[in-house]
Amino acid sequence: MTAPLTRVSTEAAPGVKPSRGPRKEPLRRQVTGWLFVAPFALVFLAFLVAPLVYALYLSLFRNALIGGTSFAFLDNYVRAFHDPNFLDGAWLVIRFSLVLIPLQMAISLVIALMLDGIKNWFTRFSRLTIFLPYAVPVVIGALMWGFMYSRRFGPLTQIFDIFGASAPDFLSKNLVFAGLLNIVTWQWAGYYMIILFAALQAIDPTLYEAARIDGAGSVTIALRIKIPLIAPALVLILVFALIGTLQFFNEPSILLKLAAGSITPHFTPNMYAYDLAFGRGSFNYGSAISFTLAAVVFVCVYIFMFTTRKRGNFLS
Amino acid sequence: MKRKPFLAVALTLAVAGALVACSANGGDGGEATTAPPADGGGGTDATCTNTITKTDLPVVTMWAWYPNMDLAIDNFNEANDEVQVCWTNVGQGGDEYEKFQTAIAAGTGAPDVVMVEADRILNFQIQGALSDISPYVTPDIKANFSDGAWKDVSVGDAIYGAPIDGGPVAMIYRQDIFEEYGLEIPTTWAEYEATARQLKDAGGPLFGDVGANNPALLMALQIQRGAEPFVYDPKTPEQIGINLNDQASKDVMEYWGRLAAEGLVGTDDQFTPEYIAGVIGGDYATYVSAAWAPGYLQGAGVGQEEDAGAWRTAPLPQWSAGDNVQVNWGGSAFSVSSQASNVELAAKVALGVYADEATLTDGWVNQIIFPLNQNVLNSAAFNDLESEFFGGQQANKEVYSPAAAAYGGTAYSPFGQVYLDTLQEHTANVSDGTETASDALDAVQATVVAYAQEQGFTVIE
Repeated sequence: MTAPLTRVSTEAAPGVKPSRGPRKEPLRRQVTGWLFVAPFALVFLAFLVAPLVYALYLSLFRNALIGGTSFAFLDNYVRAFHDPNFLDGAWLVIRFSLVLIPLQMAISLVIALMLDGIKNWFTRFSRLTIFLPYAVPVVIGALMWGFMYSRRFGPLTQIFDIFGASAPDFLSKNLVFAGLLNIVTWQWAGYYMIILFAALQAIDPTLYEAARIDGAGSVTIALRIKIPLIAPALVLILVFALIGTLQFFNEPSILLKLAAGSITPHFTPNMYAYDLAFGRGSFNYGSAISFTLAAVVFVCVYIFMFTTRKRGNFLS
Repeated sequence: MKRKPFLAVALTLAVAGALVACSANGGDGGEATTAPPADGGGGTDATCTNTITKTDLPVVTMWAWYPNMDLAIDNFNEANDEVQVCWTNVGQGGDEYEKFQTAIAAGTGAPDVVMVEADRILNFQIQGALSDISPYVTPDIKANFSDGAWKDVSVGDAIYGAPIDGGPVAMIYRQDIFEEYGLEIPTTWAEYEATARQLKDAGGPLFGDVGANNPALLMALQIQRGAEPFVYDPKTPEQIGINLNDQASKDVMEYWGRLAAEGLVGTDDQFTPEYIAGVIGGDYATYVSAAWAPGYLQGAGVGQEEDAGAWRTAPLPQWSAGDNVQVNWGGSAFSVSSQASNVELAAKVALGVYADEATLTDGWVNQIIFPLNQNVLNSAAFNDLESEFFGGQQANKEVYSPAAAAYGGTAYSPFGQVYLDTLQEHTANVSDGTETASDALDAVQATVVAYAQEQGFTVIE
């Protein structure tokens, strides 16, 4: 017989004054808190918030070669949404994200699951080597791959020669998308893999025992137990990857010097903003493009988080 | 039992400490900006790449990228008792313009004298970033350069730069390939195409290359055909004539598109390591280029290995036999920025640096630049120079000097970068056949006209 459930009292115990909301911290503790935050807050305000506000301010003006600076309110933003350079670039990064992120996540997930399932010296060694590309600076990685893709200096030509075929030119206009996909996956798959691997380590191993008793094989364990339990980590890195990919800048900028025919200065919206500001001196329109890109990122991330929401989340 | 974690922590700290120490050293050991700054006296707080010895004289800051600039600056500083120059190389071409553009927008940070290519002068002048130096151009300085050279650096009657070097366009070719396949040097573009076919049929390498990233050269070739892309009169600065898709321009674009489509010329980007390797290896029989190409190529390693002494130069092919229409690609000047505190001193520097005989001689002997200074161009030494790169050919006398003499100047636009970027994009399309030459140039025209109108210009088409 179970004991009757006692009603948990939500009233204060007799003798204690009921609190009216959160107690105010004593002043000294408040000041100490602010002092600890101050260094970061100062840098944050000076180098992030202030430039953002200034850029927003700049984007409300226009500076023409004839006519100088004039207040334009939202004209720059209207122009951005009609600008084929921006729209093409935005469509490219969206397409890139749609292809890259599932690919990257699938690769890092599979590798993480494999490394978690098999435990020997080889997997420990693989963990390090797969993570290593992340330690290579982005610029170096892009330059390196640029040379690997080169028809003259890269290995592809020789490898394909063995089979008597001609090597694909990953710096040509048709294949540069795939070329960039490769570079980014190579660089970041290890990083995501480590995060997923760490999340996998946090799963209680007794669950696996229970599953095996129920007759589950390794694949079923992976699909039915491991993946659902690391779902939060998966969503987290997916959001980071989405934000990062929509702001794609580094690799195409580096490859621009090697493949000027395939990559234009407005290949991605971030590159377009950079070219406008520093190549053409249009800081006003460049700022507007930056904020428009931020709006696009916000919308895409919101859509993504909405589709992956769980019940009880604030989004559903 | 606490030994293991202790050891792990200690080792991590040790390794981290060693890495931090390494990276700190690595950072300091870098090049470029750690030259001794001007000691004491009128120096600015800019770090100079050169060392100023006469420290009590006023200092003028300068940005330039010529390979032998250090020699030019040292020669000038030594010979001059009025002013000293503090020079840094902040990058070539576009890299320097980005910094200059940022300094213009910020209102400070620009040097007193800045090296600007002739086709960018109007773009900076219209932003008010350059100072007029015509009051300081004395008659004998004026006589040192041709009218065409002065036209390129002037806007109306105002002069915005001191001409230094130019880029008369000619055709460099591989003597060994021509001999091997028994080719004649083409003098017209029709002959160029025929010779290219002949080489291809004989199984030889590509006859040349039309790189998408060479819009300035394409513009020059279109001008050679008779195009007049921009008409700009500084007396009516809000008006500009834009004509990028006339028949002459389309002819030139169609010509190169056809050669690319038939595989007679390559479509590789130029100025990349890949292209240079191809040039050395004999993948291209000709290279339509400017007079500064030998210096650039030599610096990149061409003409020193298997292709040493194999290069020659010939005049640019013409559209009609017997024509002598010469064009220019590149060429720079020293401009005085509007942020210069003492315009007169800065003008003296701009007009005086790279004007002394020692520097000029070093420039053209090593074929680093093609000087526009008439004293050099008319000198026997310059014209009789037997170029080492060209296997002893008197390149100046035969090709480059006549080309420079026949060049009459070009009308540039204030938004050259937009035009060149757009042209580059569409040239790439024509090269891989996704766009016809006619459509490509129509698109370029539409884009540039839209940009000009958006910037407030009244466009006359």
